[in-house]
Amino acid sequence: MNESTLKTPMIKMIPIFIMGQKYEVPAELTIMKAMEYAGYKFIRGCGCRGGICGACSTVYRKPGDYKIHTGLACQTVIEPEMYLTQLPFYPALKATYDVSTMQGIATEIFEAYPELFRCVACNACTKVCPMDVKVMDYIAYLKRGDIEAAARASFDCIQCGLCASRCMGELPQYHIAQMARRLWGAKLTPRAQHLAEMVLKIEQGLFGELIAKLETTDTAELKKLYNAREMEPAMSRNEWKPSKDNVGLR
Amino acid sequence: MKIAYYPGCTLKTRAKNLEDAALAALRVLGIAAVELPRWNCCGAVYSLTDDDLIHQVAPVRDLIRVKEQGAETVMTLCSMCYNTLARANRLMREDEEKRHTLNTFMDEEPDYHGEVEVHHLLTLLRDRIGWKTLAAKVRRPLTGLKVAPYYGCTLVRPRPVSIDPRPDQPTILDDFLRALGAEPVDYPARIECCGAYNILSEPDAAHRASANVLASAERHGAELVITSCPLCEYNLGTCQNQVLPHGEGLRPLPTLYFSQLLALALGVGNEELGLELSPASSLKLVAERISPIHQA
Repeated sequence: MNESTLKTPMIKMIPIFIMGQKYEVPAELTIMKAMEYAGYKFIRGCGCRGGICGACSTVYRKPGDYKIHTGLACQTVIEPEMYLTQLPFYPALKATYDVSTMQGIATEIFEAYPELFRCVACNACTKVCPMDVKVMDYIAYLKRGDIEAAARASFDCIQCGLCASRCMGELPQYHIAQMARRLWGAKLTPRAQHLAEMVLKIEQGLFGELIAKLETTDTAELKKLYNAREMEPAMSRNEWKPSKDNVGLR
Repeated sequence: MKIAYYPGCTLKTRAKNLEDAALAALRVLGIAAVELPRWNCCGAVYSLTDDDLIHQVAPVRDLIRVKEQGAETVMTLCSMCYNTLARANRLMREDEEKRHTLNTFMDEEPDYHGEVEVHHLLTLLRDRIGWKTLAAKVRRPLTGLKVAPYYGCTLVRPRPVSIDPRPDQPTILDDFLRALGAEPVDYPARIECCGAYNILSEPDAAHRASANVLASAERHGAELVITSCPLCEYNLGTCQNQVLPHGEGLRPLPTLYFSQLLALALGVGNEELGLELSPASSLKLVAERISPIHQA
């Protein structure tokens, strides 16, 4: 190892405030890494670290700015003098329902979540959403009974609960949206006919003989078959078609 | 003619027939009603508490949506939406301090000063189309049909947002009925309350109020009552079986939205009127009393 690689690189340190306590942390870290640098250990409220799970909501403010800012700690880069706290969970009542017995009509949502109609369109929910979901708009869709529009508009929701934390109507928006997506997916989207047909064919024994054969094949041969299997190329466009002797086409 | 259109939540659910019939009628009249791409509930009831500005946010936001579309006018079909939007608009025009507070609160929206004009379909028909033009487009004249125009509260009160210059003796629905060839019935309860939201907390009180309206219309010879409000229609029509025992000798009286009668007169097919959502007596009346389409 030569001398130059042993030199400590110059790291710019910036001050941030975690729950009111000032820490000097390396600039360019995410909030989550900055907190870990400062000594916090996440045993809950860190989730996937990939911006998907919604477990690491952060609420913060910046000097001289009255706005409440939010972000996911694993995705948001720190800023000097930011004042932050973690909000990994926010209590919100979740209705119990059985989708299999439902029709997929708006009244079912109204009955499960009558507080829906307490919305005053203040838009605080949309303003704090770290995923830029138009929360107030999907609540408006549901008030007018448009389950599909609400399901589509809330698709990016990661269930972090920040909307519910700011709601003056005390709605659990993210649970309501989840119910809308469930009803939409289970009851309102068209069923795939070709899937039903294939399931029927399989039940009738389409692959029975092949599976029986595989069950008696040794591991080395299975590996060979697996590696040689026909599959759609990763970068293929719509032009790719399975070969005619693909068993799925029988 | 193109016009920005604010439907309101109930017109997408329980009062679908109010909307469907109106849009079909507007197509016949050559008016393209363009639904706002974004809108929220208007709040349904205008908040009367002077310092309760949070309940003005919803209607004002809707007016901002109209402005965002570059439209100068917005049309409503529901009396309550009309009333709430028109009153919130007035607040934004006339009260500088509250306007400032609301604009500051909605800091993510452009400022609003009451630039938009709120219309009900009835005022559009009167002011932009004209009763004569409307009359000329009638293909199923309602000749001899005695119709009670029911104004209720929110079309005509308070005075500054009344769709008729004489809120105590309005004639706009009467003129509308005459244009369609029907005979408007003059009856005292035309601007009295149907019971409104009492239907939830004091259903008997609401039924008594509705019985008063129906009895008054019936005594003066009405065969049909028309409304422009989903709540009036619910109280007078949907709940009529519970209302009838509250009025002596009261018989079933058909009810329809004004837009359904408009569409009928303009020759729109019955299947587009959402009659299945109307009381059974109304279906019977349409079948028996309204003549088939006159071929031009």
